[in-house]
Amino acid sequence: MKELLSGNEAVARGAYEAGVKLAASYPGTPSTEILETIAARHRSIYAQWSPNEKVAYEVGIGASLGGARALVTMKHVGLNVAADPFMTQAYTGVNGGFVIVSADDPEMHSSQNEQDNRFYARFAQIPLLEPSDSQECKDMIVTAYELSEVFDTPVMLRLTTRISHSKGVVELGDPAQGPDKKFVKEPSKYVMIPSNARVRHVVVRERLQKLRQFTEETPLNYVENNGSKIGIITGGVSYHYAKEVAPDFDYLKLGFTYPLPLKKIAEFVDTHEKVIVIEELEPFCEEQIKAAGIKVAGKEYFGHLGELSPHRVAEGLKKAGVVDKILVSDIEPEKGMFPRPPVLCPGCPHRGAFMALRKLGVAVTGDIGCYTLGVLQPLNAIDSCICMGASIGNAIGMEKVQGYEKGTVAVIGDSTFLHSGITGLVDAVYNNSNVTVMILDNSVTAMTGGQEHPSTGRTLMGEKAGVINIETLVQALGIKNYRRVDPYDYDGILNIIKEEMANPGPSVIHTNRPCVLMPKRIMDEPYTVDLELCNGCSACFRISCPAIAAAKETNEHGRPKAVIDDTLCTGCTLCAQICPTEAIVLKSQMVKG
Amino acid sequence: MKEKDNYSILIVGVGGQGVLLASEIITEVAMGAGLDVKKSEVHGMAQRGGIVSSHVRIAPRVYSPTIGYGQADIIVAFEQAEGLRAMDWMKKDGVAIASMTRLVPAIVTSSKQFSYPDDSIDEMKKKADRVIGVPADKIAMELGNPRLVNTILMGVMSNYLPFDSELWLDVIRKKVKPKFVDVNVEAFNRGRQIQLSTAKG
Repeated sequence: MKELLSGNEAVARGAYEAGVKLAASYPGTPSTEILETIAARHRSIYAQWSPNEKVAYEVGIGASLGGARALVTMKHVGLNVAADPFMTQAYTGVNGGFVIVSADDPEMHSSQNEQDNRFYARFAQIPLLEPSDSQECKDMIVTAYELSEVFDTPVMLRLTTRISHSKGVVELGDPAQGPDKKFVKEPSKYVMIPSNARVRHVVVRERLQKLRQFTEETPLNYVENNGSKIGIITGGVSYHYAKEVAPDFDYLKLGFTYPLPLKKIAEFVDTHEKVIVIEELEPFCEEQIKAAGIKVAGKEYFGHLGELSPHRVAEGLKKAGVVDKILVSDIEPEKGMFPRPPVLCPGCPHRGAFMALRKLGVAVTGDIGCYTLGVLQPLNAIDSCICMGASIGNAIGMEKVQGYEKGTVAVIGDSTFLHSGITGLVDAVYNNSNVTVMILDNSVTAMTGGQEHPSTGRTLMGEKAGVINIETLVQALGIKNYRRVDPYDYDGILNIIKEEMANPGPSVIHTNRPCVLMPKRIMDEPYTVDLELCNGCSACFRISCPAIAAAKETNEHGRPKAVIDDTLCTGCTLCAQICPTEAIVLKSQMVKG
Repeated sequence: MKEKDNYSILIVGVGGQGVLLASEIITEVAMGAGLDVKKSEVHGMAQRGGIVSSHVRIAPRVYSPTIGYGQADIIVAFEQAEGLRAMDWMKKDGVAIASMTRLVPAIVTSSKQFSYPDDSIDEMKKKADRVIGVPADKIAMELGNPRLVNTILMGVMSNYLPFDSELWLDVIRKKVKPKFVDVNVEAFNRGRQIQLSTAKG
């Protein structure tokens, strides 16, 4: 049977076919849909959101120790969070098969860096598989579990955004039972005190030797012979780009990319006049091949930055002198088009907080989530964004060195606070920092599409859940200045921020409105602009609400008045609160008036 | 297949307009017709009012999930300026179908730095021979639901693909919520007729 599946859906299907028993993750684009698919369609697998990737990874290790096949998934930067258990699990090996999916984001479609996580597999000295489409995603997951158990190792499956979010036709297989294993006490293998770890490091090196043998033999690495003098070594989605623009060259297609099949590569290179390595981001394969004394070319034609494409691959091959021309249109690229950046939704509860912060002109350390969009003009309300949970630590450091004259405010979402913001707040209390932390709580993990988290009361699989009460937690950490506020009350939130910045010691301001996309509209009735009263001052334009646009009518200076799209307006009232001429009114009042 | 058996289709619009559902339907139709198919899109921040684009590739054997510049047989734009922005992908003898819909982003309203084109469809016509402007937003309002723009445009586009109308309608019935099926079928048919009446030129 065939089905159209995205790479993420295919990974979920593969886990089901491999008899996986447990899957754990924290949502992160482009990996999120793997667990969502498992929870929706493959309910034989227990799936859970964990507070962060490190915990998800540790839960996965526990399931593997317990004898079951386990899956942990995350975006590339998530593995930074989970790197601690990851590096040591390479030493302990597994009981039930263990696969870690790293979904990398070349081009940074929705990420803060574009690190190439293939290096993590090499760093930990574990096998690395790289599928190039949905079918391979499904097939390789099944293979990865077999490898994990045969070689007693965690296995990394590395996806990229283009693999995760592309759909293709997949031939489905039958689900299997995972191995029937039990937990066996074996402290010399699973307790990594130095004396045991020294022994296990030797095992890791021996295992790597066996994997070097295996990579030469596995059909995951194969040659496509077309009788060409030019050879291409490639894997992942780059393989398909290359086949698209140069189908007649010979290919060494790599699906098992750590350790590399260096003998197979040497043979391939020996039998071709020129061999070119095509890979996205870092020269991960190319450098290892060159280090082995094998002559290939690559990065000089394709560059280190961003995502490849059929066009970029064609350009690179032309630069390499192996193709004559690139098919392009003669259309002049459209210059000077306006940008269309993502914006906070109409009625988004974060908007009020950012309007107030901009007004105050304070230093604002930001974090990862929808509210990071507060950095964009016209809100311009965020001054740093590094990684999940960084806002509070950033604010503490800034305040310690310069006691910023207008105060330092950290903004962090509810899901991010529970992910890794808590420890920052512990630091603020412990080191008595004069920071004001705003927990912008919209009761959901919004940026990735509205997932549950530890304070929402529901699990990934839809069960009722234990609830972390953020207010109680914050107070238990020793925060004395705790304020709960309505972010739709502009003057209210403005005053509370001022007061808490003036308060010595750490303060927490906790907003109380849910994400506007998730449950329902704030009010049923939209607002409208009374053009008689609107003087074109543009105050409402500066709040960056997608429901507010320029009207055809202008004021005496030719500046446009405002108009509100009533299909988008949620009735959040913020624009009405800041309109100096009270021109923004409920639609019913307008009609009556 | 009537004329050829491979198509690259680029669908563009703004978050929330239904770009992903439309590309899903085309993909299912092509698979139903027995062809290999791949589609590629980027989610994430695009859900928040940013640009959404979906590449659909149809052939007996598809390699790249994305379309190269100048390689799209069909461009479907749910928003006129996004249609103009997508023209880099247009093949010389391709066809572009664009809704007259205008969605001016907040950044243009709030900043003097940027401006929104007066008539993107005219601009598109300067770049390519076959551009069809469709008052899909008006037709959608006539049908009583502004969200039907995507189905109307699919109806227009279906005239340029060798798949039977019934195949399209089967997939639409499967993918759309039951209570919206009838109005979507009507929207698809309206779109299919529009093209036929303007195809003479």
